[in-house]
Amino acid sequence: MTAFEASNPEITVYVPRDAAALSVGADEVADAIRAEALKRGLPVRLVRNGSRGMLWLEPLVEVATASGRIAYGPVAPEDVSTLFETGFPTSCDHPLCLGPTEEIPYLRNQERLTFARCGVIDPLSVADYRSHSGFRGLERALSLTPAEIVAEVLESGLRGRGGAGFPTGIKWRTVLDARADQKFICCNADEGDSGTFADRMIMEGDPFLLVEGMTIAGIAVGATEGYVYIRSEYPHAIATMREAIRLARAEGWLGERIHGTEHTFHLDVRVGAGAYICGEETSMLESLEGKRGMVRAKPPLPALEGLFGKPTVVNNVLSLTSVPVILEKGAAHYRDFGVGRSRGTLAFQLAGNIRRGGIVEKAFGVTLHELLYEFGGGTASGRPIRAVQAGGPLGAYLPESQFHLPKDYEAFAAVEAMVGHGGIVVFDDSVDMARQARFAMEFCAAESCGKCTPCRIGAVRGVEVMDRIIAGDSVAKNIALLQDLCEVMTDGSLCAMGGMTPIPVRSALKHFPEDFARTPDRAAAE
Amino acid sequence: MNARAPWREERACAIVAEHRHLRGSLLPILHALQEEFGCIDQAAVPLLARELNLSRADVHGVVSFYHEFRRTRPGRHTVKVCRAEACQSMGCDDLVSHIERSLSVSLGGTTADDAFTVESVFCLGNCALSPAVMVDERLYGRVDARRIDAILGATLAAETAR
Ligand SMILES: Cc1cc2nc3c(=O)[nH]c(=O)nc-3n(C[C@H](O)[C@H](O)[C@H](O)COP(=O)(O)O)c2cc1C
Ligand code: SF4
Ligand code: FES
Ligand code: FES
Repeated sequence: MTAFEASNPEITVYVPRDAAALSVGADEVADAIRAEALKRGLPVRLVRNGSRGMLWLEPLVEVATASGRIAYGPVAPEDVSTLFETGFPTSCDHPLCLGPTEEIPYLRNQERLTFARCGVIDPLSVADYRSHSGFRGLERALSLTPAEIVAEVLESGLRGRGGAGFPTGIKWRTVLDARADQKFICCNADEGDSGTFADRMIMEGDPFLLVEGMTIAGIAVGATEGYVYIRSEYPHAIATMREAIRLARAEGWLGERIHGTEHTFHLDVRVGAGAYICGEETSMLESLEGKRGMVRAKPPLPALEGLFGKPTVVNNVLSLTSVPVILEKGAAHYRDFGVGRSRGTLAFQLAGNIRRGGIVEKAFGVTLHELLYEFGGGTASGRPIRAVQAGGPLGAYLPESQFHLPKDYEAFAAVEAMVGHGGIVVFDDSVDMARQARFAMEFCAAESCGKCTPCRIGAVRGVEVMDRIIAGDSVAKNIALLQDLCEVMTDGSLCAMGGMTPIPVRSALKHFPEDFARTPDRAAAE
Repeated sequence: MNARAPWREERACAIVAEHRHLRGSLLPILHALQEEFGCIDQAAVPLLARELNLSRADVHGVVSFYHEFRRTRPGRHTVKVCRAEACQSMGCDDLVSHIERSLSVSLGGTTADDAFTVESVFCLGNCALSPAVMVDERLYGRVDARRIDAILGATLAAETAR
């Protein structure tokens, strides 16, 4: 079937170390392969790579051959002995064999710029990173002036991937132009939105990319120190980033006088403590300062008075990891992807009740329909898709009639929806949208920082009102009350936590009114 | 397995000394204390206030703000069940009910035999393989009632194997 390199008898087998792969048994599969190879006297070199992002196929095992990598999946530990019996790793005769990895349509039809290396290399090998054009963006940045780097990022059209979509180049220029004895780069790796895992996957699968992006940011704005703020729910990402920083420092890619230049950049990991609001940038800065994560009023912008009052770049993981390829290949290359004012690619995340969940990196302009059906293959349950929540817990619930929408910041904003961090959570027709609206309020009540009344108290009231609606108690009156409450929260909240919680609530009500039309009998029957 | 060392002032001071040079050191110190003692002991508040030159109210405010910091010692293992939207779409509410029933515990509580503290969390970053659960620092995906029973059984079996 495939021609294996005769000159190199050692066979390289890849088993991911990504947390999602581990969650369905990747360590056990790796152990079984090691044991079976030993038993059979086969010279197997095991590499623990990141994930390719085809999460429904995890654990996805790959074998390196002269004609590219061959995939097997999903492999359970108990499949390993039958794999070897059918000739693994030198022939591909097993029902789990998927053929060449890069030919799997889900992967072949993507446009991978940020995730190009994820799942391909050993995440903690600087040599592997280098041999896949790693640090080329940084090398180019080292030969440019700060203003030239900022101009390149501005021209690429890159907008913040954390949710708000603010142009990254403009933020960087503000920090570059600020005069201060000290500036900071803070990477927002709090990734609290349900349905998102791209930050985690890139930190676990290609951590040097984040090191490189942050170092470029530091050189661009004149910051010599950076922090990666990672949520505590991500122990694997925390460990991988810490190790990557240690290795990068040991090889001269971080620290004093990077590779003999006059540039210095120090990087450290800080761990959150289970507070969704700490993903909001000013709350994150408070947390990094060792305080409660109370949201700060803006202005002052963090770009001018950020961490410890110093000019600070706050960027999401995916914004910073898009920078190296922009520097390496030039702004125009990146800009050529996308539509309108949404340039480049986004790593969409298909989550929830979806048959083929995972990462789909595509240029902006791809429709929800393509993502949900062509990539995602419909629901995992096999039932019809009834609703998707796009853009995290503060994002709208959308019905099928809106699946033709192209993924584009402006097109989504026009229907009060959000591209956000690219998460898409799928629900089948068993979903109860009144319960989803209730949860949006419950989440806000649990995660509010408490600074403003409309958010702190409004969300608690929202849960009570939803409970009455669900119980079929004076439904029309309570829906009117809910609408009023949403208005107060939208208008009177300091940040998007309280200000946007009404979006999932109102969209559920607008698109799925039948779920709210309850009577006491129906509630009693349930 | 959760570390749950009994409170020792000298040990706590050593942990503070190890981290106090960091900028914004309070969170890293709280994490390190919880990693040693299993929770933020009541005695930690005045100690941190003194050592870091903060008011007790400041320290208490930080400890109580973050869901991750506990005020009481957990069971031997922590079970974090995701209750956010992607996991809801795959039936995490049934999973939560099953766990509460089979362990006779409610969310936030610890089983009578001190084996498991069961908590709910919002998203573990495993939303394509929902429902997701984390036991101590091990992540699990596609968890249903049968699988959680096996996982918890194996967790206990691994204890006695040691
Ligand atoms: C409630 C709330 C939660 C947020 N959570 C995150 C998050 O987890 N990660 C993130 O990058 N941005 C998050 N943001 C957006 C940040 O405030 C900020 O806009 C972003 O980190 C800026 O980086 P970017 O320009 O690269 O997107 C959140 C905002 C709000 C209001
Ligand atoms: S809207 Fe909510 S989370 Fe945001 S500042 Fe106000 S109370 Fe805090
Ligand atoms: S900011 Fe204080 S009540 Fe809104
Ligand atoms: S929503 Fe449960 S893991 Fe993300």
